Order: sequence, then C-alpha cells, then structure tokens
Amino acid sequence: MTKHATPLLDQLESGPWPSFVSDIKQEAEARAKNPKGLDYQIPADCPDDLLGVLELSYAEKETHWKHGGIVGVFGYGGGVIGRYCDQPEKFPGVAHFHTMRVAQPAGKYYNTKFLRDLCDIWDLRGSGITNMHGSTGDIVLLGTQTPQLEEIFYELTHNMNVDLGGSGSNLRTPEACLGQSRCEYACYNAQDLCYQLTQDYQDELHRPAFPYKFKFKFDACPNGCVCAMARSDFAVVGTWKDDIKIDQEKVKAYAGGVLKPNAGAHSGRDWGKFDLQKEVVERCPSRCMKWDGSKLSIVTAGCVRCMHCINTMPQALRIGDERGASILVGAKAPVVDGSQMGSLLVPFVKVEPPYDEVKEVIEKIWDWWMEEGKNRERVGETMKRLSFQKLLEVTDIPASACHVKEPRSNPYIFFKEDEVPGGWSHDLAAYRNRHQR
Amino acid sequence: MVDKDVVVDFLNSKSGSKTKFYFNDFTALFPNKGPREVKKILTALVNEEVLEFWSSGSTTMYGLKGAGKQSHAEGES
Ligand code: HEM
Ligand code: HEM
Ligand code: SF4
Ligand code: SF4
Repeated sequence: MTKHATPLLDQLESGPWPSFVSDIKQEAEARAKNPKGLDYQIPADCPDDLLGVLELSYAEKETHWKHGGIVGVFGYGGGVIGRYCDQPEKFPGVAHFHTMRVAQPAGKYYNTKFLRDLCDIWDLRGSGITNMHGSTGDIVLLGTQTPQLEEIFYELTHNMNVDLGGSGSNLRTPEACLGQSRCEYACYNAQDLCYQLTQDYQDELHRPAFPYKFKFKFDACPNGCVCAMARSDFAVVGTWKDDIKIDQEKVKAYAGGVLKPNAGAHSGRDWGKFDLQKEVVERCPSRCMKWDGSKLSIVTAGCVRCMHCINTMPQALRIGDERGASILVGAKAPVVDGSQMGSLLVPFVKVEPPYDEVKEVIEKIWDWWMEEGKNRERVGETMKRLSFQKLLEVTDIPASACHVKEPRSNPYIFFKEDEVPGGWSHDLAAYRNRHQR
Repeated sequence: MVDKDVVVDFLNSKSGSKTKFYFNDFTALFPNKGPREVKKILTALVNEEVLEFWSSGSTTMYGLKGAGKQSHAEGES
C-alpha cells in the first residue's frame, strides 16, 4: 500500500520500458518492511514522499523543488547538490533531498563488495535511491538530509577510499572509457590519464573558481564510448598517425563470409551476404580505401580515423602503431548558448605519463578562461565569443588546415606580421602618391 | 590592508544588497593578482570558516558564513 495515490505516475509503469516509478515503489516497500532492522537516519518513507511530490507536479505541471544551498562538506565547494521541497508539510520525507555525487572509478569497474558497502551507507543515511550512473558519469546518491552529509563523506573517504565528485563551477568528475583494460582499439591509457589528472587537479575539483563547470573526458579511440567529443569541454580522443594495419588473408576471410562482420554483432537478423565493397569501401567517409577483389588498400593521408572499417572487420584491420590523441575543446549542452560539439584544437599529442604535454594545454586554457570567461560561460562559449584564433594564440598552437571545419563559414584567420617570414611594411605616404583617396 | 580583510570588507560593504558573489567579483578586487592567487585567499577564508560556498548545483558562489538565504525557487535570485 503506497502512502500517496499516484494515478499519473502509475501510467508510466504500463509501457514496455523499465520504469523509475516501479523502482521507487520497490524501494518504498523495502524501507517499510526494513528487513535488516536499520535505524534509518532520514525518514523511512522518503521514497513515498518523492512519488507524492512528483505526482503533485504532474497534476499541477509545476515543480516543487527549490535548488541550491550552503550544503556541502567542509572545505569542498562541490559534490553535494542542495535540494529542498517547497511543500515540506505535505511531504516531510523529502523536505531536504540533497544529491551527492561520488566519483566513479576509471572505466567504472566495481567489485560487488564496493557496491554493497555503498548501498549499506545509502540505505542507512540516505533514501536508498541511487542513479548508476548519472549523465555526468558520477555515482549519484539521490536524497539525503543536511546532518548526514559529513557522516556519509567520512564513511566514503575513510572506509571505501572513494571521493565526492564535482558540481558547481569547478572541474567535474573526470571520466574515461575502459580503454586498454579490455579494448584492442585503445590508442592510449585513458584510465591512467583520467586517474592521474583527477589526482593532480584536486584543487580544481573541490574548490570552485572557474566561471562555470569544466569537464574532461577521455576516449581511447574515436569510437568514443564516453562521448568525450560531445560531452566535455576538454575531450582527449585516441588516434594514430601511421597506416591502419591490414591482414590481407583475414580481409579475404571476411569477404568470403568465413569471418562474421562486426564480430557477429548484427547476427540477430539475416542482412544477406557481406559485401565488402558496399559495406566497407563505399562507407569510408573519405573514400580512401580500395578493394580489388583480393587486396585491400588504404591511402593513409586520406583516412580520418572514423573507425568504421576497423569496427566492421576487427580481425583484419588494426589501429596503427604511432599512437596518441587529438584534443577537442568546447563541447557543451545548451544553457547560455546553444549546444555544440568540441572543436579540434590539438591534432595530435603524445599521451604518456606524466602527461605534461596534455596538462600544458589544459592549464593554458584555464588561465585564459579564468581571466576572460564571463560568469556562467562555458569555455566553448568564450571561444566562440573571442574567436577560435584567440584560443590558438593563448595555447601557442599554430593554425593549421586541421582547424578549418569548412571553408567560408569558419572564422577568418588573420596573420600577424611576425608570423610571416620577412614580415611586411607599408609606406602610407608612398601609397597615397600612387593612389587617390 | 591584508588581502583577507579586503575580501571581508568588500562582503560587509555589500551585505545590505547581496550576500553571494561569483569568483570573478573577487578577482576584480585584486587587479594585480592572477586568479590562482585570489583563489588561495578565498580558500584560506573558507578553511577558517569566515566564508562559505553556495551552490545551485551548476554554479558556485562565495559568501560570508551564515549570510543570506539557503535555497531558491526557480527564477528567484
Ligand atoms: C551561368 C552563369 C553562372 C552560374 C551558373 C553561376 C553560378 C554560381 C554559383 C553556383 C556560385 C556559388 C554560390 C555559392 O557560393 O554558394 C556563384 C558565385 C558567384 N558568382 Fe556566379 N554564376 C554564373 C555567372 C556569373 C557571372 C557572369 C559572374 C560575374 C561576372 C558571376 C559572379 C559570381 C560571384 C562574384 C560569386 C560569389 C563568389 C563568392 O564569393 O562565393 N557569376 N556563381
Ligand atoms: C588575386 C586576385 C584576387 C584575390 C586574391 C581575391 C580574393 C578574394 C577573397 C579572399 C574574397 C573573399 C572570399 C570569400 O568570401 O570567401 C574575395 C571576394 C570577392 N572578390 Fe576577389 N580576389 C581577387 C581578385 C578579384 C577581382 C579582380 C575581382 C573583380 C573584378 C574580384 C571580385 C570579388 C567579388 C565580387 C567577391 C565577393 C565579395 C562579397 O562576397 O561580398 N576579386 N576575393
Ligand atoms: S572509446 Fe574506443 S578504446 Fe575506448 S572502449 Fe570505446 S572502442 Fe575501446
Ligand atoms: S578508419 Fe574510416 S576513414 Fe579511415 S580508412 Fe577506415 S573507413 Fe576510411
């Protein structure tokens, strides 16, 4: 028996998809039964009240959440997001309902003990409701009250060796694909880079002093399993410079139907015979491949490392050996300005410990953005406002053809005299002698 | 004047109208210091419990400890 009638929410359980309403009801029921006999530190019926306040919002089409607050743990400016209900008498269980962000381990590897311990803390001191993982990538613990925050923080850091994540105007929890731990496409060690930068930039993570949020994400190859190019202000995407390695015998095995394309991923349905010419060569976005029936060739200079051919024939084609990453800057969701994808800033950088080459770019961007960025302006917006050329200047990166997205719509790049060998001089008086005004 | 006093005096002088400030408001108080140096002053004041952070979840501001309202409804400043 639920505490509040929720006819509108109940409808959401009728569709084909798993429903968060069912999940919250399940938690409400479990807390009511309290099989472990826990001494709940926040109201046991907070999941019921969460459903209640949401039902009210659905009926009235108005939110009943207030945001913000001086909640947090001592010395940290992020990691806790204060939320208060504006109908606390009706829904006392969610009078405070603060979110805590917990840093996910690089590549999101857990053992079951970690997950159990986390749930034990959260059952006792929070709502029991989690979001694994939030859109930010964090472990999201949904709903607790102010006096619990320091307790939870202590237990997370001391007993579980895990830290709070980022929120507010600071560096957000960095996120990496599982990279070299499992994936043969990885061009650099994304997990290590993620971990190292998390350690090196603790101050930026926990003490907000940026104009707005700043996100790093690390994909070890252009497949982009954490979507760094779309989801982060600073995306490090694995790439390589030399030839894609081709095993011609295996190519023939794919062509002859011996090997299944895409490692058999599309075998749920009969798509007909695999056609190498149509499905690989003609799908290459830069048309740099050729298949003569027995030999596959690739013009490396034309390859844009889209991964399509490698994904389709993973046993025949492999990433090159001269590996590193490209850095793209400025992706964001719409707030002040519309959404945008990252723009290529560094075409190629070696990604090797202690990662000084990557850090140098990061710090130059921060120095510039902290000086020039307006309040609540993402670095991608600062870049648009002050020009991409300015970003090249402050990061000491020479303009190159890779920076031109498409001719004519890209902002002009003007050369300065000291950038041109020999420079130039202009004798205005002599000019006026030859040309009338 | 000591750097920390510059910050506290600024906040006290504004206390009638505003209680929470962006990081940029403090860099403006120290035209000869870079943002990293200003951050050190603010961090010290937070650690001494003179200042505290206020966060909407997406943006963070600084204010004197205990000053002003905690939470805001949508659109309320
Ligand atoms: C059959 C005759 C013509 C055809 C089919 C034609 C076609 C085109 C096309 C397709 C464009 C590109 C528009 C774009 O940028 O999207 C263009 C641009 C242009 N055309 Fe023509 N054109 C013709 C004759 C002329 C003539 C006779 C002149 C001048 C004497 C001329 C001057 C220009 C100029 C100045 C541009 C703009 C270039 C730029 O800034 O992009 N066109 N024309
Ligand atoms: C070496 C000689 C020239 C160079 C390097 C040159 C360069 C350029 C450039 C860089 C643009 C802007 C292109 C763009 O919109 O993307 C342009 C536009 C244009 N040029 Fe030239 N140009 C040359 C000669 C001429 C001559 C001799 C004429 C006509 C007598 C001419 C007519 C135009 C016109 C009509 C436009 C388009 C202006 C507009 O879109 O408002 N150009 N030119
Ligand atoms: S982004 Fe690339 S390297 Fe990383 S897990 Fe995905 S496919 Fe593998
Ligand atoms: S990776 Fe993409 S661009 Fe490069 S050869 Fe393969 S299909 Fe073409």
